[in-house]
Amino acid sequence: MGIIVNLEEDKKKAGAAKFQSERKIIQSAAVPIELENIDTDQIIPARFLKATTREGFGKNLFRDWRYENDDETKPVKDFALNNKIYSGKILVAGKNFGCGSSREHAAWAIKDYGFDAVVSSFFADIFKNNALNNFLLPVQVSEDFLQKLFDAIHKDTNAAIEINLEEQYIKIVATGDQESFDINQYKKTCLLNGFDDIDYLLNMREEIEAFEKNKV
Amino acid sequence: MAKTLFDKIWEKHIVKEIEGGPSVLYIDTHFIHEVTSPQAFKGLEKRGLPLFRPKQIVATADHNVPTLHQELPIKEELSRIQVQTLKDNCEKFGVELYGLGHPYQGIVHVIGPELGVTQPGSTYVCGDSHTSTHGAFGSIAFGIGTSEVEMVMATQCLLQSHPKLMRISVDGELHKGVTSKDIVLYVIAQISASGATGYAVEFAGSAIRSLSMEARMTICNMSIEMGARCGMIAPDEITFDYIKGREFAPKGEEWEKKLAFWKTLYSDDEATFDKEYHFKAEDIEPMITYGTNPGMGIGVSGQVPEFSTIDERDKPSFEKSIHYMGLHAGEKIKGHKVDYVFIGSCTNSRIEDLRQVAAFVKGKKKSDDVTVWIVPGSKQVEAQAKEEGIDKIFEEAGFQLRQPGCSACLGMNEDKIPAGKYCISTSNRNFEGRQGPNARTMLASPLTAAAAAITGVISDVRELF
Repeated sequence: MGIIVNLEEDKKKAGAAKFQSERKIIQSAAVPIELENIDTDQIIPARFLKATTREGFGKNLFRDWRYENDDETKPVKDFALNNKIYSGKILVAGKNFGCGSSREHAAWAIKDYGFDAVVSSFFADIFKNNALNNFLLPVQVSEDFLQKLFDAIHKDTNAAIEINLEEQYIKIVATGDQESFDINQYKKTCLLNGFDDIDYLLNMREEIEAFEKNKV
Repeated sequence: MAKTLFDKIWEKHIVKEIEGGPSVLYIDTHFIHEVTSPQAFKGLEKRGLPLFRPKQIVATADHNVPTLHQELPIKEELSRIQVQTLKDNCEKFGVELYGLGHPYQGIVHVIGPELGVTQPGSTYVCGDSHTSTHGAFGSIAFGIGTSEVEMVMATQCLLQSHPKLMRISVDGELHKGVTSKDIVLYVIAQISASGATGYAVEFAGSAIRSLSMEARMTICNMSIEMGARCGMIAPDEITFDYIKGREFAPKGEEWEKKLAFWKTLYSDDEATFDKEYHFKAEDIEPMITYGTNPGMGIGVSGQVPEFSTIDERDKPSFEKSIHYMGLHAGEKIKGHKVDYVFIGSCTNSRIEDLRQVAAFVKGKKKSDDVTVWIVPGSKQVEAQAKEEGIDKIFEEAGFQLRQPGCSACLGMNEDKIPAGKYCISTSNRNFEGRQGPNARTMLASPLTAAAAAITGVISDVRELF
């Protein structure tokens, strides 16, 4: 499992020091963390925020839930990221995911680890923006559908989950159960085309200057 | 048409609305610090862009700095590099930096208001979720990620969707020993750590109006802990008196002009909110948290909830949380042992907090088993405390007054709580490992923290006056 359909990397965008992926459909098994209020301090503890680059945070994703006493030779066996029965590009977690600190390092860590989407019944605002700005898709589902996802993964840890961004639905492939999800249309266009906000804003500098002149 | 405080400010800052999408929001002032800015500066460099409005950036070093011997080079290599990187970037890009050694250095959300940078009717952002603090002045202020930091650096704008609007009213009079920290911990316990997600929250009501500016900042600071995009309080005479005369406050004619505008900043009587809550100040007692999110708070006379009262879906998280804290369902919280007391952070490290603690501990001694760290929010707070002799009171009580920084709120520097130890903390987050791997944090007001410092156990400060 772990197949991304329709993945096109656009590395050529002039001036942009990043490469963006066009993702219409993600189909993959999923990794479940059945806990609520997962805060960004758990996703990436503060002591790993001392880097001055955006790379390499994946190895410390959920660091203190992954290892006993910060010791990489002692992985916590029950924790989903250490449990080999789970794999895939989709992280599924309980409500209020990403609460707390605004650290974008949380989104960087999840993405760097290899996830392309996070599914939860509720996302904290800042995390959601940070995820979108890093082409990590936050998919908000109902409590009931979230439970169905957990049930499906428990039944078959390889259960394929399909997330279709273009059509805005998430589906449990085996059962056909699906639910539509919301996404800001502007952000959807950005994700589908690999645009980011800064490109948009940079094109608006004249309007911004005009606004400043008229501002009281 | 009747308008809310939020909309009066929001509308003045919209450069453009995008159909079916977010709006382009103009940011008046951008606060930066060493942790969330380096990648943004790097991004600008890669794009070959200058800072769009360097004069609208205020920079300081706070998250990583040691709180002892700030005159010496920072020992920890990565911290030293990060603080140096901020310095280099500020020099290269032309930003004024209140770095280590500068008399204005301090926690970014403490120095903004104390320098008079934070003013009503403006928009503020920072790569730090507690930027909501500045909303106490009747402004729109919120935390952003590093990609957004880069956007503001490049264009002084952000793409933002209009949030839903919530008003939380607290009316009545607070009991003695109950502070604004208790109000906000109480509200979060009532509406949960995600109760205001997606909303901008205006705090109103007679109990809020009667608070000082510093107490109001504590409330807005923690609005992010209920998930809010931002928190705000309409400015009034208390606000104007606080700002007047500060370093960057408007002066002379400019002051009069600004004041006239600021006086228009309130929610009109007929204005409507998407959601409203009403609480009574009399119902609030000194609060403390028992769990691992700020919504897990109870009155000090209370007990950890019984397992049977927890919603089925919430049980795994609840169980994990109290197991981490070494507590039992149904256990009374008062009398529980405390190892550390931390009084500091952008929530409660201002001069009034220190004065309140000093007035309470004067003539008392700390419990032998407790380590007490007092970390002032800024160099100015530190200097003021010394001028008032507060440092002597702390010294006599056995409290250690350290130097300004974020310190043990998030333990990015050496100020960490050891594994398994209990810390009563005036900070804002009790997340697992927040104050150090396996540290156990209990959030409380400076008064409740000071009471625990004296007795060595969780205590009801009202019984100790």
